[in-house]
Amino acid sequence: MEPIPQPILDIRGLTKVYPGGLKALDSVDLEIRKGEIFALLGPNGAGKTTLIGAVCGMVRVSSGTINAFGEDLARHWRSARQRIGLVPQELGFDMFDTVERQVGYSRGLFGRAPDANRIEEVLRSLSLWDKRGEEIRKLSGGMKRRVLIAKALAHDPELLFLDEPTAGVDVELRRDMWRQIGALREQGVTVILTTHYLEEAEEMADRVGVIDKGRVLLVDEKDAMMRRLGRTEAHFALAAQLPELPAVLRDYPVTLSDDGRTLCYRGGDGTGKGKAEVAAVATALVQSGIVFTALDQKESSLEDIFVDLVERQGLAA
Amino acid sequence: MINWRSTLAIYRNELSRFRRTVFGSIVSPVLTTSLYFIVFGAAIGGRINEVGGVDYGAFIVPGLLMLTLLSESTSNASFGIYMPKFTGAIYELLSAPVGVAETLLGFVGAAATKSLILAAIILTTAMLFVDYTIAHPLFALVYIMLVAASFSLLGFILGVWAEGFEKLQMVPLLILTPLTFLGGTFYSIDMLPSPWDKIALANPIVYLVNGLRWTFYGQSDVSIGVSLGLTLAFLAICVAVIAVIFRTGWRLRS
Ligand SMILES: Nc1ncnc2c1ncn2[C@@H]1O[C@H](COP(=O)(O)OP(=O)(O)OP(=O)(O)O)[C@@H](O)[C@H]1O
Ligand SMILES: [Mg+2]
Repeated sequence: MEPIPQPILDIRGLTKVYPGGLKALDSVDLEIRKGEIFALLGPNGAGKTTLIGAVCGMVRVSSGTINAFGEDLARHWRSARQRIGLVPQELGFDMFDTVERQVGYSRGLFGRAPDANRIEEVLRSLSLWDKRGEEIRKLSGGMKRRVLIAKALAHDPELLFLDEPTAGVDVELRRDMWRQIGALREQGVTVILTTHYLEEAEEMADRVGVIDKGRVLLVDEKDAMMRRLGRTEAHFALAAQLPELPAVLRDYPVTLSDDGRTLCYRGGDGTGKGKAEVAAVATALVQSGIVFTALDQKESSLEDIFVDLVERQGLAA
Repeated sequence: MINWRSTLAIYRNELSRFRRTVFGSIVSPVLTTSLYFIVFGAAIGGRINEVGGVDYGAFIVPGLLMLTLLSESTSNASFGIYMPKFTGAIYELLSAPVGVAETLLGFVGAAATKSLILAAIILTTAMLFVDYTIAHPLFALVYIMLVAASFSLLGFILGVWAEGFEKLQMVPLLILTPLTFLGGTFYSIDMLPSPWDKIALANPIVYLVNGLRWTFYGQSDVSIGVSLGLTLAFLAICVAVIAVIFRTGWRLRS
């Protein structure tokens, strides 16, 4: 067995109660592995930003411990923070300053020596080089967001938090940012991102964590999660009414609708098993002379999984 | 261990912010000071020739300088820390490897630097209106730096405390300016009728104005030792309050 490498971030029993009594984080345990892209999924108010704030220093934690780079963050915050970057959810900077100066300021603030070449590299990689002399307030919303990313990258962090990096960004820019994040992974940067776009997690993440009401409900490899919870659903519209489920289908997870006009398959595991079984069901139907007039098939996405999980948790609570 | 690069980044960033508003921040105090010289120096100075052997126009120079130092140091430092809270840019300071030392040296250092530049400009402006000499120039410089630093610290506390623009301006406008006017800028305490001469001694600004006046003319209403001691005590209190603010994250971290 390979030795399990030490996590880059290790959160234990993290609880945050805001003044007023709201429990935004409820005994959260989370381990982030070096070099991975981790997507934190959760509805509005789940506690995602609070969790990031607790690690990055905006939020005072009520209890629990955070280890970063193998050291207690509460004690070694100075050295740890130099290695952490943050792109916040909300825009926040000196709007009257210019792009290049702001990005240079961020590098200095995080204790790095000035490096014009590195700043140029960052600005170019985010297509901001042409705008370097502009006042930030004159940029479009999407460009402002890029400035935030440039500021977070200016000190070459090893661990990067992206709090909804693509909120309010158009599709093209979003794909562009995904490429950026992919490039960061190539460089060995560990990325933790929160998102409402499940497509984003599906596209980018190695692992996914689902959080709701301050509790982490599930953490798993994205593929494993798809396998475990992924489903194929297929509906066969029948030409003629059937009185009961045909015997040839008894070994498949198929049901017959009450009116006897639709066969419904629900099964598979996100690995392609479902698709194969749907094909087998179709063949069986044809071979037994049962005519169907339409076939509808879809794979459940992370979104379905997520909604499902949160709902089930809601019922359980 | 202090993170000097971060400190320098904050300091430079603040100075560059000042540079953007250089016109307003220099023209306005120069204009105000000139007006005081015209109104008080010329109009009243025509009637009062000398205070304690010092020409009246020259007598008011340290007080006017103090007036500007107090209000500018306080408001510059308070804006410096309030603006990031207001715009949301505070997230970056909070997530940066900077603690109380870096933040103070950066923000308060920059505000104090700006105050020193202003002081030089005001003293130059004053030369256009009156003849004055400075008896203890080195002492004057140290004292000005001390006051600029103390009130920049006070401004920093105000900026952290304030949750709106009115609160930000309340203390300089409602407390500092009136106390400075009543603090012996334009008169010597002995010129006040009893019991006002005693009551005036309860005004802390009296000690600041007189401390600075002593460095100029070698004489003042209160002893320089008391002035210096009070200024240092005030500085120490502000540093202590800020240390507590950082330890607890009050009004900075949620
Ligand atoms: N400063 C604060 N004071 C009091 N309550 C807060 C504060 N910040 C957040 N909360 C509350 O804590 C809970 C979690 O908020 P948080 O911002 O962490 O959620 P989120 O998962 O980031 O949501 P979103 O997807 O909308 O960004 C919410 O109920 C929110 O109202
Ligand atoms: Mg959020």
